[in-house]
Amino acid sequence: MNVIDVHGLVKRFGDKTVVDHVTMTVAEGEIVGFLGPNGSGKTTTIRIMCGLLTPDEGEGTVLGFDIRTDSLRIKREVGYMTQKFSFYEDLTIAENLEFVARLYGLKPLNEHVAKTLEDLGLTSRKDQLAGTLSGGWKQRLALAACIMHKPRLLLLDEPTAGVDPKARREFWDEIHRLVSGGLTVLVSTHYMDEAERCHRIGYISYGRMLATGTVDEVVRNAGLTTFVVQGPRLDQVAAALSGRSGVDQVAPFGATLHVVGSDKAALQAALADVEKDHKGVTVTPGETSLEDVFIQFMSGSKDNMG
Amino acid sequence: MKNGINSVFSFARLGALLIKEFIQMRRDRITFAMMLGVPLMQLVLFGYAINNDPKSLPAALVAMSSDPYTRAMVSALQTTGYYRFDHVAQNAAEAEFLMARGDVAFVVTIPADFARRVERGDQPQILIEADATDPAVASGAISTLGTVANQALLRARGMQETAAEAARGQLEVVVHRRYNPEGISQYNIVPGLLGVILQMTMVMMTSIALTRETERGTMENLLAMPSSPLEIMLGKVLPYLVVGAVQVAVVLAAAKLLFGVPFTGSLSLLLAAVLVFVLALVLLGYTISTMARTQMQALQLTFFFFLPSILLSGFMFPYRGMPGWAQIFGEILPLTHFLRIIRAVMLKGADLPAVAAEIGWLVVFVALFAGVALVRFRRTLD
Repeated sequence: MNVIDVHGLVKRFGDKTVVDHVTMTVAEGEIVGFLGPNGSGKTTTIRIMCGLLTPDEGEGTVLGFDIRTDSLRIKREVGYMTQKFSFYEDLTIAENLEFVARLYGLKPLNEHVAKTLEDLGLTSRKDQLAGTLSGGWKQRLALAACIMHKPRLLLLDEPTAGVDPKARREFWDEIHRLVSGGLTVLVSTHYMDEAERCHRIGYISYGRMLATGTVDEVVRNAGLTTFVVQGPRLDQVAAALSGRSGVDQVAPFGATLHVVGSDKAALQAALADVEKDHKGVTVTPGETSLEDVFIQFMSGSKDNMG
Repeated sequence: MKNGINSVFSFARLGALLIKEFIQMRRDRITFAMMLGVPLMQLVLFGYAINNDPKSLPAALVAMSSDPYTRAMVSALQTTGYYRFDHVAQNAAEAEFLMARGDVAFVVTIPADFARRVERGDQPQILIEADATDPAVASGAISTLGTVANQALLRARGMQETAAEAARGQLEVVVHRRYNPEGISQYNIVPGLLGVILQMTMVMMTSIALTRETERGTMENLLAMPSSPLEIMLGKVLPYLVVGAVQVAVVLAAAKLLFGVPFTGSLSLLLAAVLVFVLALVLLGYTISTMARTQMQALQLTFFFFLPSILLSGFMFPYRGMPGWAQIFGEILPLTHFLRIIRAVMLKGADLPAVAAEIGWLVVFVALFAGVALVRFRRTLD
């Protein structure tokens, strides 16, 4: 049984279609990454799944419960971590956890709270006001609070925004640990390295799901060719390349240029021209990265909108 | 936890919300101090300050002679307590100037031929000009005038006996000032202040309750967790009911100890009425909370209710002095009904049957506001 199984979800705010026929399945024990630019409809889709918004069209189930009629049951068995810190800043860590534990009716209360504090290494800070915590600690608290009731599905909305790399690494280790214990996770993110830690990803833009699959599948299906350009005066080379037919992206990476295009023949022709004009420049085939694919998606959908 | 859990109401979840709310209230010390300090401050300030029947008003005397009749008239006016002659003007123009400048509220002119006319029995006249820009100030001073002046005159002429003789057999009007024979403003103001203070603090505090959660982003989380609209409403409303109870105790104690307001009716009847009134107020505040998108809007809506409540409920101006349509408008304000109840119970010793209709009105408000709030409350973020 799929933990998330939704199809044709549509959500409009006024005359703006924020979610446009989104279909998605997530199997039990999977970590699925949800990617897309700001305002692409990730948060709205997640809110529909946890019963905070009702879709205008489409239907589906989460944990086997209908998202339209059974949102209360869904709320009880899903852990939802909001994008913005949404616990009480004027309550201490322990008080926040106690509040959540009471709402979910967890008994015995003190044991649950103590164990959660212990598991997340928050015991020493339990009497600190949540508002005085740094970003990383706030995120830990939020995660602790939304897994305390042992949900079967975790919905995380950009959980690592504004968190330093070490805390991010630890966060993902924790997610993998939870998944090995049988949890299913849907996580939205902007970070490519995080996308690569997911079993599968989905890419959404302007409310439409443009690609789904494993990272390799998404990269392969995008049908992009990448070349790496090395040599002197790369800024001039970049200027000469951009705008030529066949060249979709030119991006400097350290001492090299990544040149990406969807039409391999045209791209090669353009590069051959430039190689001729600029002395000492070498072109070698490169590997298309997930980021290249997403940049391609983003410029593509902008064109559609324009 | 998965089976048979009541999704509409659970005491455990309500408890969670209540504990959270009390901790937040305790941490927000300024607001907490305001909730308890403001009622006491306002009561003392307004209780001592507001007076509907001002006395010892500054007056100017324009007297052309100093015969016994003139002196008798002046001293009679002074004994009423309303006039304080601290200006003696030489002529009408000077007196006119004093009044225009606001130095005096009255100009009393006793003409030069006053004594002569009295003695000749030739309809003597005195002129009292009152500054009626504020009609309330002058009314008490003027109303006592006719009788006072005549009696003074008769006394001066040594004709009291004759007057009493003449009055026999004539119509006598007997006036009883019931429940407040001395006409003490505080008896009217202090019980009313309880209503006004509750109206302000209760509605204001609860009106920002939900919008604060929305503004801080905690609402999204609250909605994503298993808490029902009824629990959220009670979780917000009940803590303020407790605050209201403390305020009531403070104000009633001060009314007794500081102002000596008589308490002739039943305390339990009054407290029951207060409970219904406060419930109506917190639910009104909560309803506002479900409509406003920001705390600022909530406060504006609160004041939108507060001003008419003060002005049209009969707290500040006589209810019966308003035109019919305004009286109907006054009827839809909870404060109007509460003022009638508290004045009736405290001052007149009214019992339940006497105020049942007014309490009934308050119950209607409670039901109405609770219904609107529950319907308006968005369980989702749509």
